[in-house]
Amino acid sequence: MAVSGEVEAGEHQAAGAGVPPMAVQVRDLRKSYGSRVAVDGLSFEAAGGEVFALLGPNGAGKTTTIEILEGYRHRDDGEVSVLGLDPQRQAHQLRQQIGLMLQEGGVYPQARPREILKLFASFYPKHDDPDRLLELVGLSGELKTPYRRLSGGQKQRLALALALIGCPRLVFLDEPTAGMDPQARRATWDIIRSLREQQVTVLLTTHYMDEAEQLADRIGIIDRGRLAAVGDMESLGRRDTPDTTVRMVAPANLELAELRALSAVKDAGEDQSGVYLFETEDPASLLAEVTAWAKRAGVAVRELRVGRESLEDIFLRLTGDRIRE
Amino acid sequence: MKALLAQTGMELRLMSRRGENLLVTLVIPLVLLLFFGSTSVFAVGSQRPVDFLVPGVLALAIMSTGMVSLGIATAYERHYGVLKRLGGSPLTRSQLIAAKIASVLMVEALQALLLLGVAILAFGWQPAGGTEVALGIAALGTVAFAGLGLLMAGGLRAEATLAGANGLYLIFALIGGMFLPVDHLPPALSGISPYLPPTALADLLRTSLSGAGISGFSLVVLSVWTIGFVVVASRTFQWE
Repeated sequence: MAVSGEVEAGEHQAAGAGVPPMAVQVRDLRKSYGSRVAVDGLSFEAAGGEVFALLGPNGAGKTTTIEILEGYRHRDDGEVSVLGLDPQRQAHQLRQQIGLMLQEGGVYPQARPREILKLFASFYPKHDDPDRLLELVGLSGELKTPYRRLSGGQKQRLALALALIGCPRLVFLDEPTAGMDPQARRATWDIIRSLREQQVTVLLTTHYMDEAEQLADRIGIIDRGRLAAVGDMESLGRRDTPDTTVRMVAPANLELAELRALSAVKDAGEDQSGVYLFETEDPASLLAEVTAWAKRAGVAVRELRVGRESLEDIFLRLTGDRIRE
Repeated sequence: MKALLAQTGMELRLMSRRGENLLVTLVIPLVLLLFFGSTSVFAVGSQRPVDFLVPGVLALAIMSTGMVSLGIATAYERHYGVLKRLGGSPLTRSQLIAAKIASVLMVEALQALLLLGVAILAFGWQPAGGTEVALGIAALGTVAFAGLGLLMAGGLRAEATLAGANGLYLIFALIGGMFLPVDHLPPALSGISPYLPPTALADLLRTSLSGAGISGFSLVVLSVWTIGFVVVASRTFQWE
């Protein structure tokens, strides 16, 4: 990047101006804590203005990665560039242009939402209006409530407002909707979508599949400190199944030969116990045949769904479905 | 500059909202001044009790602001991730430390106003001289106890800092030469006491405010502790 960060900081919201082609570049990143390897040769890129979600099981290295990009931790090896800067050596310059949300905490328990926003506003060369942000995250009614008395979801929303107060060009959100009720989650999603409209790059981690599916332009699935897959929902789906997949949840150990005999079924199999996958070129006929068959045979079908793999299916396929600690 | 002012204002507002903080920085020194000032238990030599007492109460005030108030508040800021979150903003560490120093100095000015006001109006206390020297000593003592408070805050769990700062506060108040003259202590303690930072601070304030020359020994003791606390705190401080 030829222009210095300070010069660009003021014009970040002028749609597209000064947004480098790649907001975040990570190449062969490595980080260990003692003998435990947290990040093991991770590479990915997030383009300027896109919403990129890092998805992975607990302990996959998501938070370590994000904290290296935010300049909190030093990497052991590899190359990292954030808005064209090295977060390790140019942290101060970088922090004027980014906003971030920690997984939890970060605010004085006795501080009130408005005063903490005003405080953070004073740190940035250019800042948003604290009252506008309080309105945006739905905390206008809690101006006098000390942080410690806010609910978990309200604390998260205040943390989101703090991430946005400095008019950032890039926002890091570490599990932004953890602890929010469904309404607050939807409202937060709307805020994140509006950031994309303003060409603000968003890098978020999440445990919620639907969140990544709803928000992200591209998703990177991390497992054991490495990138297991990256792409948009379309490209993450199973490439070896050009036909439409129909997924059925029903009692286990049904007679597969009977199912395969149906004329619209190209192939049928029991993927996991009680979960059946059909391949077909004609999903409408397949649904009609399968339901007719189930009624005849007295089989209780609990779910029948046409379509590509859900992100959850992809995630479990890539990271395994064992619980890990 | 805008960030520094805003952060200092925040530190002061938060201090004023913590009741226990007002108790330890203002109420306790004031009560001790009023209580011991009205008795003659600790009159030493020809001095009136208040001449012995006022420098001791000032030393206690410095200790309560630097070690107890700053130390415990910073420990909980670390515990709640506030230091980490501030670190992720453009506020620099030096700005944060400067804001903390400024807020400590302002609280101390308030303490001095209150305690000296009461000493002068209620007990007719007058410094015999050496106020400029005493001001320098107070500054050195502030750095020493702020260093000790931050040393605990940056290295121990918040609960351990809470216990440690309050425990040291009590021990230093008893054997630190603030209210009890050192030679009234049991022999084992009176041998150790002169080497402690509170004893050195109280002694230096007492001698300077009485117009006498200050003790080189106490100055060395306080300076060595000050350097030690600041060096160790800055090397071991963990921000999260």
